[in-house]
Order: sequence, then structure tokens, then C-alpha cells
Amino acid sequence: MKKKNFLPRAIIIVVVTLLGLYAVIGPRRKPTLKDFTWSGIKATLASNIHLGLDLKGGSHLVMRVKTDEYLKSITESDRVAAETAAKEAGIEVKQAREEIGPGNYRVIIELADASKVNEAKDAIQKKLDLNDSSMWTYASSGAQLTWTMTSAAQRVLADNATTQAMNIIDSRINALGITEPTLQTHGAQNSHQILLQMPGVQDPERIKDLLKGQSKLELVHVIGPPQPMPSTTYGSEDEAKASLGGTVPNNRKVLPYKERVERTGSPQDSANQEKPTKWVVVESPAIIDGSQLRTASAVNSRGGRNDQFEINFSLKKDGADKFGAWTGAHINEYMGVVLNGQVQSIAFIKSQIFDSGMIEGNYTQQSAEDLALVLRSGALPAPIEYLEERTVGPSLGADSIRAGVNASLVGLGLVVFFMLIYYRGSGVNAVVALVLNMILMMAGLILFGATLTLPGIAGIILTIGMAVDSNVLIFERIREELLTGKTIPSAVDHGFDRAFITIIDTHVTTIISSLFLFVFGTGPIRGFAVSLVIGLLVNLFSAVYVSRTIFMGLLSRKRKVESLSI
Amino acid sequence: MFHIFKTVNIDWLAHRRWLIGISVALMLAGLASAMIRQATHRQPFNLGVDFKGGTVITVRFKQRPTDDAIRAALTAQSVSDAIVQPVTDRNDTVLIKLPLEGETSSVDAGRDKVRKALNIFGTEAKPTLELEADSGAAYKIVGTDAVGAVAGAQLRNKAIAVTLAALVGILVYIAMRFEWTYGAAAVIAVFHDVLITLGFFSIFQWEVSLTVIAALLTLVGFSVNDTIVVFDRIRENRRLNRRESLYAITNDAINQTLSRTVITNGLVFLSVLALVVFGGDVLRAFSLALFIGVIFGTYSSIAIASPIMVWWEQRIEAANRAATLAYNRPTKSGVQSPVKSSARGAVASHAGKGSPGTGRA
Repeated sequence: MKKKNFLPRAIIIVVVTLLGLYAVIGPRRKPTLKDFTWSGIKATLASNIHLGLDLKGGSHLVMRVKTDEYLKSITESDRVAAETAAKEAGIEVKQAREEIGPGNYRVIIELADASKVNEAKDAIQKKLDLNDSSMWTYASSGAQLTWTMTSAAQRVLADNATTQAMNIIDSRINALGITEPTLQTHGAQNSHQILLQMPGVQDPERIKDLLKGQSKLELVHVIGPPQPMPSTTYGSEDEAKASLGGTVPNNRKVLPYKERVERTGSPQDSANQEKPTKWVVVESPAIIDGSQLRTASAVNSRGGRNDQFEINFSLKKDGADKFGAWTGAHINEYMGVVLNGQVQSIAFIKSQIFDSGMIEGNYTQQSAEDLALVLRSGALPAPIEYLEERTVGPSLGADSIRAGVNASLVGLGLVVFFMLIYYRGSGVNAVVALVLNMILMMAGLILFGATLTLPGIAGIILTIGMAVDSNVLIFERIREELLTGKTIPSAVDHGFDRAFITIIDTHVTTIISSLFLFVFGTGPIRGFAVSLVIGLLVNLFSAVYVSRTIFMGLLSRKRKVESLSI
Repeated sequence: MFHIFKTVNIDWLAHRRWLIGISVALMLAGLASAMIRQATHRQPFNLGVDFKGGTVITVRFKQRPTDDAIRAALTAQSVSDAIVQPVTDRNDTVLIKLPLEGETSSVDAGRDKVRKALNIFGTEAKPTLELEADSGAAYKIVGTDAVGAVAGAQLRNKAIAVTLAALVGILVYIAMRFEWTYGAAAVIAVFHDVLITLGFFSIFQWEVSLTVIAALLTLVGFSVNDTIVVFDRIRENRRLNRRESLYAITNDAINQTLSRTVITNGLVFLSVLALVVFGGDVLRAFSLALFIGVIFGTYSSIAIASPIMVWWEQRIEAANRAATLAYNRPTKSGVQSPVKSSARGAVASHAGKGSPGTGRA
């Protein structure tokens, strides 16, 4: 055992320890004596280590973007546009329909005259993106033209929808002021799942509704005689259809309308008296849709009561021009504000309206603000559904922390106790290595920005066990070598060398299984894998390098060492 | 020095039939439990929401009503099939488990019904306040876990895939470091550990959740550790002592590493025991999985991995010898035996290269 090796090694260890302590305590301020008390340590760790949702409290949501509905709506609108394009070219269309099935999206146009097929094809493809052969495959047979969406297009569109949804969710989350949310894609590439983690959020129900909220806003022309006649409403959907001659033509839609309850000043109003749903006939397509929305905000309507809020919205320039032109030409007629396919309010056009409008209804401040938020962030391209929700309140999280820490301390105590009794002096060696192990592990967690979860604390406890394993392997080997009569320095050397190979093997296999855990798990389980791997890597340093250096220090004195306390 | 196992000389392999018998019996017990439960229309495993889907709502009360009172309140709100389970380490908290019902967005509907039911006992604490801080409140929902059917199936498949992948990964690593027979024996031992642990879970109906799968993968790592320590010794002894039979070498290796095995696994066992006792309810199933796993992981290195490896090697070596005899018989001139078995006694040839005619992979 060379003496000169000891000093550089000792210096390295001291430096690493100090760096570790520095990383744990944090570079923010000078360490005071209070930092080394038990509560000081707890406070330092709590502020520096990134805690997972199961320890800190918060909400974890996994949602799926229903991209099949997105593709369906694209196919539908293409069908409508194709039909219109054909008609505008003067070609008679016998039937236009779409075929929707899992993975199958088709637009089918049947002409009255088979000879006009190519003419129709040109007319349609000139107007729409149906001529993009990477997205749609065209086929014709007889008088029928068929466009089928390619699977490549389906993938691209679905991915776009997911990205767009994620951006919209991002803006909604930011608008809500949630601290440090995590928003990312989740699961397989084609599963279109989104993961959202919100620390500190305890009641995610409101947020879930907000995120899911469709915000399809439309301004429509309500069909009926102009003012001063009242707006034409029907008692049932069938009645409304009957007024159109039984079937709803392509330029009309029948929508439900929930009339606003008149405020009479008594508080039981809104809860009890809900007027029955009426139906109105509106023109299709809408004059203005949500894409023209510039901004929306909640305002207190006259009266100042808590549930008398409305939403003011304003339109972008193009929309404002279009709307101004339209309203100018339809004075005294009725228009409606439609939200998610339901008419919210009907008003008659007194004069030209350009860029602002109002959504009236019995909105409380909270729901008006929520709705304004949803409108501002833009409409989701496709509906989302929630697959998974996990919420942990801070009290539950605190319980978990307490339990984890208690178990760690008890485990550590038992291990230290045993090591000291069984290996005596060398036991101290092991304990020093163990303490160093813990410090460096905390430092490792902080430096890598890893998240500590409840299974992660269990991982720390297991690391204690495995760290001790390395020492036991070495010490048992040293004992064996001593029994065969080797000199002490030689026994120690042999012990370390021989045990090292086994230690490497055992650590690598545990790291392999941890890697699989990391790849497969989310959240808590990842935390466990990370804690375990960091602990094992640190252990290789402390159990082998540090322990050996301590032995070196003990044995490097000039006189021959008589015995080894092991 | 104080030495627990100074001179141990137990013939482990002699008892292997007994030991393997015990293992097989335990595995059959677990299997029987699962199958009987399946046949009598009960759950073979107590699957948590992670795999089965559904909702678990954790409720804390200032004064906890009896489980029956809670159940009655839930039934009054037409919440059917709810399971009410008290938490083991606190007496003011209860888990209410609701089965899967359509999309997870209906979890809010389920939660609302539970709220309405619990409102019989008092009002809920406000969202921003803790239960203790809110003087007028009687209960608070402190946690929710809701998993839809799609997510549950995904997690289930992932769990199985990852466990198998990890086993293969370990097999490959050990095969590289030792030989494929060692690798195979180690994997069989680990597989045995996992099956026995799952058997316990089936018999005692502990909840199988994602964290339990994490525990199983950890115990795979641990069990392999143990096995590696023994195999390492065997490999070293073989190099040093070419004359002894594999049987004797293996026994020696086990005896030599016995003190390390007992001490380390004893210490890990103590740490896991600390987890089981102090770790809290959330980690309970995880700790129990590790607890069973550590016990049987130790056991399997001695009782399963070593005997299987020895048996395999012996069979291969016997096949080697038979092939050599057949190969050598026809020629009279001293043809060199392709199998260098004479110098090593009964030990089969190394390094996986295999001689022609042995049929080794």
C-alpha cells in the first residue's frame, strides 16, 4: 500500500464532499450554524429538492385528443365545399356524402351526368386541397368521384391537431396562473395523449372543465320576419323542421335556444325557473366564426349582482369588416350568438355592428371569466377526453413525506447499529462511507434536477441496503484473506480487488432493471428508478474509493500494523 | 473478530430436491389461489386502479363515521359497488373505491355523488383550506386517483412488457459475464421469485398497483445480485481448483458466501421491514412485495439458481462425454479428443464455444 497515494485520494474525497454539501445547502447564501440542526437540514432539503406531486401535492392529468373527430370534421367540411364548388361550376350533383370509419375518411360526390366527371374533378380540385395527392387519393367510377384520405395525411393531421390542442391548453393553463405546470406529449406517438401536471392544484375539476371546454363561437342570421315582429322560435325541433318543409336544406340549421331567465330580483330565480328549450332556424354557414375573434372578456352587466355577468367579445379587422357589411344589409333582422352549437341569445340589428358583441346569460363571475378565457385561447381542433387523473392534497403529501423519512431513519439506524457491532472499527469506516453516500446522493438529485417521489424515498432506503452490501462484500473478503494468513495490507488489497468485480456486477444488474423502470414508468416510478441509479453510482464511489482510502490512511503509518479492527 | 459463519460446510445441493419442492409447492399454492378465485368469480388479484381502471377517493374526516354508515350514505346516492376501505396508518382517513364507469370524465360525476353522500356527515372543507383549519368542515377529499379503461389497459400491457424485457436484459448480461447456462439458471430463479411474490399477492389479496410492479423489478435486481455473488465465487473457485467437481465447488461457494449473504440480505430485510412498519399506507403493498421478494430472493440463489446451473452443466458435460466416446471410438491412431475434458475432471468445457457434436448453442 503506497503511502503517497493516500494524500491525493484524501484530498479528492474532501473536495467532493464539500462540493456535495455545497450543492445540497445551495449557493444562495452562506451556511449558518442553524443549517446543521435537524430542522435546518429538513428546511434546506425541502427547498432544494424538487418534490414530486405525490409528496408536494398537486394534480396529474392524462388526456387524449380525439383526433378521429378532427379528421371527421375535416372530411365533412371538405364534402360541403366540394359540393358547393361543383354546383358553382354548374354541374349538377346528385348526392354528396362522406364515409367515415376507423382509419377510413372519404368524400364521395355522385353526379347526375357521368360525362361531367373530369370537369367536376377539375372544378373541385381547383378550389380545395383535395388535389394534394399526398393527402387524398382520387378515384372515379361511373358518375362517382371518390377522394380517400391517405394514412400519411391522417397521421400528419392528427399530429397537428394534437400540437394545436397542446398550445391551446398551454395558453389556458398560463391564463389560469398555475405555477410550474408540466405539459408534454405522453405515451406512444400515435396515441395523441397529453400529460399535464399541476403542482399545488387540489381541485382540478374546474380546470378540467376549462381545458376541455369547446369554445365554438358563431354569429348567425336567425331566419324569420324582421322586427317589429318578435323573433321566430319553435317549441320543438320537429316544428322547426316542419317550417322548412320537413327536411333541413344545406343552407339551414336547426339549433336549440335556451332563453335567458328574466331577472326579477329574487334569489331563487336562476335555480328554479328555467325556461324550456326552444328551437330556431338559422342560416348556415355562420356569418362570423370563432377564428375571427380578437379577444373576449367578462363584464358585469348592469345591476352589479354576482350572477349578472356577460362576456364582451371583439372581432379582428377582416371579421369586423365582414360583419359590418352584413349587419348593414340586414337592419331590423335578427341575429343570434351561438356557443358550441347552442343559441345563447337573439338580438335584432338596430344599426350596423362592426367589431364588438356580447354574450348574455346568467353567468356568475367565475363562469363568465372561465368562458372568456376559453374563447380567448382559441377553439380546440378536436375534443379531448380524460384518461387518467391523480390528485394528491398537500396533507396527504406531507403524510407520505413523514412516513418516508421515518422509515429511512429507522432503516439507517438499524444498519449503522449492526455495522458498528459486527465490524467494530471497520464498521466506522462503513458508516462514514454511508453518510458520504447520502450527502452525495442528495447532491446528485439536486444537480440533475431529479424529482423525489415517495417510491424515490423507498429507493433511498434500498440504496442504504445496497451500499452496505458493498461494504459487507469487501469486509467479509478481507476477513477470509486474513484467516488464510495474509498480512493485513495484503488482505485488505485482495479484499478490495476481489470484491470490486462482484460489486460491479451487482450494481450493473440493478441499474439495468432500474433503466427499464425509468423507460416504462411515469412520475413516481421514474423517481424511484432515478433515486436508485443515482444512489448506486454514488455508492460505487463511496463504498470502494472512499473505504479504501480510509484503510490506506490507517495502514500507511510506518510501523507495522498489528491488527485490524474488523 | 466476531464471525457468524466461520466454518460452515453444509451440503446444500444434497437437499436441493427438498428446497425446490418447497418452492414448487409455494408456486402451486399461489397458482391455485389465483385459479380458485377466478373460478369462483372473484378477482384472482386485487388489481389497483392502475390496471383495472376506476376511481379511488381518499377522504379525511374530523370524526370518522363507521364504514357501514358511509356505505349506507353512498347507496342512498345510488353509488353502487363502492368499496369503503379504512387506511391502516391513520384512523381518520378512508378510501372509497368506485368501479369503472364509461369515460373518466365521469369521474367528476362519481366524485360529485360521493360528495353529496358525504354531505350527510357535514360540509366539505373549502378547497384552499386544510381540514384542521376549516372550523365548520367535517371532511375533506385529500386525494383522487382516476384511471380510465384505455389508460388501465395500456399500463397493464406496459408492465408485462417491461418485466419481460428486464428479465431478458439480465439474462443477456449474465450470459456475457458468465455463460448462458448461468444466465438461464439466474433468470429461472428470478422468475421463480416473481411468481412466488405474485402468489402471495393473490392469496392475501394485497393491491397490485404500478408501484408494486416497480417493487417486483427491484426485487429482480436484488435476487440477481445474490445469485451473481454465488456464481462469482463458483467461477473463481473453478479457476483455482480444476480438480474438484462442479457439485463440490458450488457447495463450497455457497458456504463461503453464506456470511455475506445472510448479513447483507439481513440488513436489506431490516430496511424493508422499516418500510413495511413505518412507510405508511401508500407504500404498503410496495413494501410487502419487497419484503417477500428479499426473503425468496436469497432463498432462490441457493435453492434454485445453483442446483439448476449445476444440473444443466452436468448434463451438458455428460452429453459431451458421450459424444467424445462415440467420436473417439472408430480411430485407433491417437486422435486428439476435441473435448478437452481430461484436464478438468468433470467440469464441462468453457466459454460457450462448444465442440462439434455437442449440440450446444
